[in-house]
Order: sequence, then C-alpha cells, then structure tokens
Amino acid sequence: MYLIQYLFLSAMLFGIGVYGALARKHAVLVLMSIELILTSVNINFLAFGAFNETTRGAVFAIFVIAVAAAEVGVGLAIVLLMYRNNKNIDLTEADAMKG
Amino acid sequence: MIAAQILVAQNIFFGVIALAMLIAAARVVTCQNVIHAALNLMVVLAGAAGIFILLGSEFIAVTQILVYLGAISVLFVFGVMLTRAPIGKSADLDNSMRGIAGVVALLVAGVFGWVIYKAYGTDAQFVLAPTGDPNEVALTPQLTREVGIDIFANFLIPLQMIAVLLLAALVGAVTIARKD
Repeated sequence: MYLIQYLFLSAMLFGIGVYGALARKHAVLVLMSIELILTSVNINFLAFGAFNETTRGAVFAIFVIAVAAAEVGVGLAIVLLMYRNNKNIDLTEADAMKG
Repeated sequence: MIAAQILVAQNIFFGVIALAMLIAAARVVTCQNVIHAALNLMVVLAGAAGIFILLGSEFIAVTQILVYLGAISVLFVFGVMLTRAPIGKSADLDNSMRGIAGVVALLVAGVFGWVIYKAYGTDAQFVLAPTGDPNEVALTPQLTREVGIDIFANFLIPLQMIAVLLLAALVGAVTIARKD
C-alpha cells in the first residue's frame, strides 16, 4: 500500500465535491458536496498521520468531524429558514442581496 | 521489494472501497433525485470509514460511522423531506454553470494529483515489517488510548473550544429554524 493511493483518492473526492458545490442549485445538495470535500480532507489527515506514525492526524480528523457536524446543523437550519421565507431552496433564485 | 511485503488483502479492499466511493460520489453530484443523492452520500461516508480502518485508525472509523452515518445522514434526509416541494422554476437540480464547474473541478483534481505525484510518487510505502529503508513505514494501528492521551495532553484547550463551538452552533441552529 502506497501513501499516494490515499492521496489520489482524496484528491479525486475533493474534485467531485468541488464540482457538486459549484454545479448544483439545490441547497441541500450543495451541503452534501461540502461533506464530500470534508471527508476527503479527513482521508488526507489520516493518511499522513499513519505515514508519519503519529496520532496527530486522528486528532485533527476529530476536530474536522466536529466542525462538519456544526456546519451541517447550521446549514440545514438556514436552508429551512430559506424554504419558509421563499417557498423554494433554489440557490440561483436567492439573489435578494445581488447588487 | 519482497513479495511477502506486499499487503495483498489491504490493496484489494482499498481498490474495492475506493471504486465504490468514487462511483457513489459521482452519483451524489450528478443524479437528479435528492433522496438518491443522500443515500449515495451514505455509501461514500461508509467507504471513508472503511478507508480509516485500513489506515489503522479505529477510533476515527467508529466516530465516522456514529457521527456521519448515524446523525448527519439522517439530518440530510430530514432536510430533504422538510423542504420537499418544487425547488424553483425548473425541476432540474443543476444550475447553468455545469461546464465551468466541471472544468474547475478537473483543474483542482489535476493540480492536486500532479503535486501529489511529484511529491510522493516514488516513495512512501506502507509495509508490515520495515527493513530500514527510509521510505518504508510500518502500518501500525493508532490505538484509541494513544489518540485520547494525545488529545487530553496536548489539545485540551482546542477540545474545549470545539465544545463551545458545538454549543454555539446548536443554539444558533435552534434560533434560526425556530418559528416565531
């Protein structure tokens, strides 16, 4: 097993997540794409942690998981509020602050 | 490299899990059914737990299953169900920037892949019993005990900050989503 296997998997997941975050207009799907990105970051942390034979990768992965949980909670609350106010969660129509 | 040092089972399982993860991730960002996207996301997160097991991080794998598969996927499905309605003028879930987004994503993944290949392409191998070669690393499990000791010895204040952050996020989510 080479370290580069994990890093390539992580890079590809990151790319897929970036595509989803940019190309989707359903707000929940954009949050899901951000979860993909954070998962790829965790894989990177743990791969480098295992390679350097330290537990620091795992420690940072725990922090990433906690921040991701907080982000999803707040994000879905914002989506719910948006749905209640606008009756849709289309991100291309959320342009009230457009200059 | 000695043939006995190739981690055959680990490589096979890595291939299977990585393929499943990439296919499911592609379905998350392309399929036109939000519930199917959420279920595919669960496949990706479960695969990530398997990858963490392969890397020897048992605690993170269990945390991944508990937090992501147990809580966050349910939260996503709830979010989809509570906002189940025509999501806009058209039923299409993608915006008009799909081509540009594809170019950007390919660019990001390509640059990352190139940099990774340049930096780690020739070395950095996990083996079961290192022979002294500096590029070989023993694949040792990172025990939950050691991770816990590292957190509570060196990262106690960040841990408390995370607790405060989670509390603030919880209160904020309740405040935002409350009907009044």
